[in-house]
Amino acid sequence: MSDGKQDIARREDVRPAPALLPAVDIVEDETGITLTADMPGVPKEKLTVRMDGQNLSIEGEIALETPEGMEPSYAEIRSPAYRRSFSLSRDLDPSKIDAQFKDGVLRLRIPKAEHAQPRKITVSVD
Amino acid sequence: MYESLLRFPTDLFSEFDRMQQEMERMFGALGMPTSIRAVARGFPAVNIGTTPKSIEVYAFAPGIDASRLEVSVDRGLLTIAGERPSESSEVAEKVSVYADERFSGSFKRVVSLPEDVDPSGIQARYRDGVLRISVPRSEAAQPKRIEIK
Repeated sequence: MSDGKQDIARREDVRPAPALLPAVDIVEDETGITLTADMPGVPKEKLTVRMDGQNLSIEGEIALETPEGMEPSYAEIRSPAYRRSFSLSRDLDPSKIDAQFKDGVLRLRIPKAEHAQPRKITVSVD
Repeated sequence: MYESLLRFPTDLFSEFDRMQQEMERMFGALGMPTSIRAVARGFPAVNIGTTPKSIEVYAFAPGIDASRLEVSVDRGLLTIAGERPSESSEVAEKVSVYADERFSGSFKRVVSLPEDVDPSGIQARYRDGVLRISVPRSEAAQPKRIEIK
């Protein structure tokens, strides 16, 4: 907001909206977990994926191109940011997370730790 | 500038009422009721902004092949249609699904446009999962400065 006065006037009656919870799909297979999150309107440089201990958090800021002087007249997306966090269990390996982000969809692949990978045990017959 | 579009008060109920009224006012300025087809909410979420020159419609439709999006205007109704294929049908057998919140399937949303727009000048762009449709207002409806002689 370039106009400082307007900003202050707005702040009185407008509290910042809480961040949106992005819709996610979470699927586990034998070798890890795939998390897919919808974060439309977030450019790649405004996306943050963070591991803090066992906590995985995803955050994104919405940046829309808007023409000068636009007034909102109807809105279903009413917050400028997405935020959601998850706690990972110990069988997952946070150091090997792979992240891809395209067209507002974040895909995270969290592999299971070596020791948690399924192992086929050969049964020897005497 | 986009902040003003997204930053709304958190008192959702009163705010929603207010926006409904605004929408009624915007679309019903000529005494016409809001289109019965334009009431439903769903996927994609839609934000609408106005400038003196255009109506800007933002449809939040992530992960869609832009070439398969269909945008059309017919008798004052702007229609956004497309399909987001289900990904779970592709996954193998040995999986557990813990969350399945994301929309999949075909969708269609209709936005009722005011009467003073020029459908021939509509532009649509898809970026970062958001489809932005600019509908210019017709020349006659744009504010003009009248020169005093």
